[in-house]
Amino acid sequence: MKIIVAIKQVPARDSQLKIQSGAQWIEEDDLTFEINEPDAYALEEALQLKEKHGGEVVALCLGPARAASTIREALAKGADRAIHISEESINGLDTLAVAKLLAGAIKSEAPDLVLTGLQSDDLGYGQAGVVLAELLGVPHATIIMQVSIEGGTLRVKRELEDGWFQFVTMPLPAVLTIQSGINKLRYATLMGIKKAKTKEIKVLSAADAGGAGTAVSTLDRVYVPLRTKVSTIFEGDAKSTAAQLVEKLKFEVRVL
Amino acid sequence: MAFKGVDYLLIDSQFSEQELMVRQTARQFIDDKVMPRIKQAWNEGQGFQDLAREMGALGFLGANLEGYGCAGMSNVEYGLLMQEIERGDSGLRSFVSVQGALVMYPIMTYGSDAQKEKWLPKLASGEAIGCFGLTEPDFGSNPAGMKTRAVLDGSDWVLNGEKTWITNGSLADVAVVWARTPDGIRGFLVERGTPGYSTSDIHGKLSMRASVTSSLAFSDCRVSQENMLPNGKGLKAPLGCLTQARFGIGWGVIGAAMDCYETARQYTILRKQFDDKPIASHQLVQEKLAVMITEITKAQLLALHCGRLKDEGKLDAAHVSMLKRNNVAMALDCARLSRDLLGGNGIMDDYPIMRHLCNLETVKTYEGTDHIHTLVIGERVTGIAAYK
Repeated sequence: MKIIVAIKQVPARDSQLKIQSGAQWIEEDDLTFEINEPDAYALEEALQLKEKHGGEVVALCLGPARAASTIREALAKGADRAIHISEESINGLDTLAVAKLLAGAIKSEAPDLVLTGLQSDDLGYGQAGVVLAELLGVPHATIIMQVSIEGGTLRVKRELEDGWFQFVTMPLPAVLTIQSGINKLRYATLMGIKKAKTKEIKVLSAADAGGAGTAVSTLDRVYVPLRTKVSTIFEGDAKSTAAQLVEKLKFEVRVL
Repeated sequence: MAFKGVDYLLIDSQFSEQELMVRQTARQFIDDKVMPRIKQAWNEGQGFQDLAREMGALGFLGANLEGYGCAGMSNVEYGLLMQEIERGDSGLRSFVSVQGALVMYPIMTYGSDAQKEKWLPKLASGEAIGCFGLTEPDFGSNPAGMKTRAVLDGSDWVLNGEKTWITNGSLADVAVVWARTPDGIRGFLVERGTPGYSTSDIHGKLSMRASVTSSLAFSDCRVSQENMLPNGKGLKAPLGCLTQARFGIGWGVIGAAMDCYETARQYTILRKQFDDKPIASHQLVQEKLAVMITEITKAQLLALHCGRLKDEGKLDAAHVSMLKRNNVAMALDCARLSRDLLGGNGIMDDYPIMRHLCNLETVKTYEGTDHIHTLVIGERVTGIAAYK
């Protein structure tokens, strides 16, 4: 069974973010980068499926040269080889362009299963996996909490809202977008880290992956959420101010 | 809370991607598996031997050795591993140091092929635990005076004597024991359960509480000739092991210092006194933080340089004496300054500082005392050995 895991490199959690002049993206010079968290769970799921069913895990990453460190981490954790679509200006790409490039790299590999995180920690659109499935012409399921494969059929557990789950049976090949926490992440062993150096990383240009095409949506402006703090002082006796507070909590803040 | 590292002088830029990845694995492991239980382990005097197999699977045991299931890390990678482990606790770092530098290293360096094949894979995986017996009740800094003797009787060696302050002693499946023979000092592999070999734990330690320390007794203990390490003879053989272990200590204590410093830094920013101002706004507090971060940074550079020299095969024992002596004293100073900055909370077990402080008092003494390392440096620069 061949599994491709699409991973993205994003700024480390808890980074102090500064907006670039021009407000088109964040300053990247002083940031450290790491694997997008849901993608780390997707990679772990792929490695566990390989341990159960055999086959191969290929890490696929669209990103600038610095993303190589995240790719090598995936190899250190146990991916067999990697494909790096090297593109310096990924922040100018819209979801469709990202999905087109990923699909372009995936098609010739003809995988049985494609896994990716349900969304990226930086942009958070949550669409790349879904659009990718459409471009590949295969079914998809999102927000996956559990994966099992029996006789060429996939059975997955999807997380819905309010503690509800949905079980879906679907054919292979397919694309799944994985929810964080689906499994327990492994450490990269020191032996794995050393071995990663000997594993293949195929580097493709955007053109090699079929090109990104023209963007259909553009990023207009990046900004820090504006503070719109307004204080309200309730007038009246205790009973009426309590009633006003409860109304606010119920209908405005919606915590009751 | 996940540890973010201490890097005032952009020293991370001097590490390779692979070195940083090794540190990351160790850092995560310590945050996940050690930090949540270290307080209880310390209070109850429990070691971390149950983590041996997991650490073995990750490649932590004998990490800078090559072959027999070892990870084959560089000495800088090994140093970063020790740093992160000792950020957790000096007792756990001692466990890993002894296994790798004092048990696996001598078997690898002085052992026969049969000894290597028998022990190294099991020690690397954590299936077997080892200990190192050199120090005796009457001979600490002067191991040349050791009383433990081994005499050849037929095809067996017969050992008599006592070793003490032995980390992992009663846990060990195999002890590397150094004894005087007619032929000079030699190393022997003594297996748990060998008749005449017994261990007893040392109780009442107010330091290194999360580590097992024992005494070993040999009373007409017979081991076969195959159990003698064939390729190490004289005191330089065990001293060669100690140079390996001290190199790890020189890195490890930086981790303990970082944990103290970072705890104090965060504490002084949050703790408010006098007009609701953080105590970090006071000059006397800032002075202590400035001293600590400067000393930690210097210690990092010293360790890194020694690591690169070791990878080039240029690091000698007198260099390692400087690394061990300076960095342990630095870490102990940081622990004391941090304790001061936390006020009364500094002595509480909710914070790591008093534990590190107590541990570092041991680290200052073991593996060559501060005094002895001072005299080794003195001998290097004068040509005169003051301790003889």
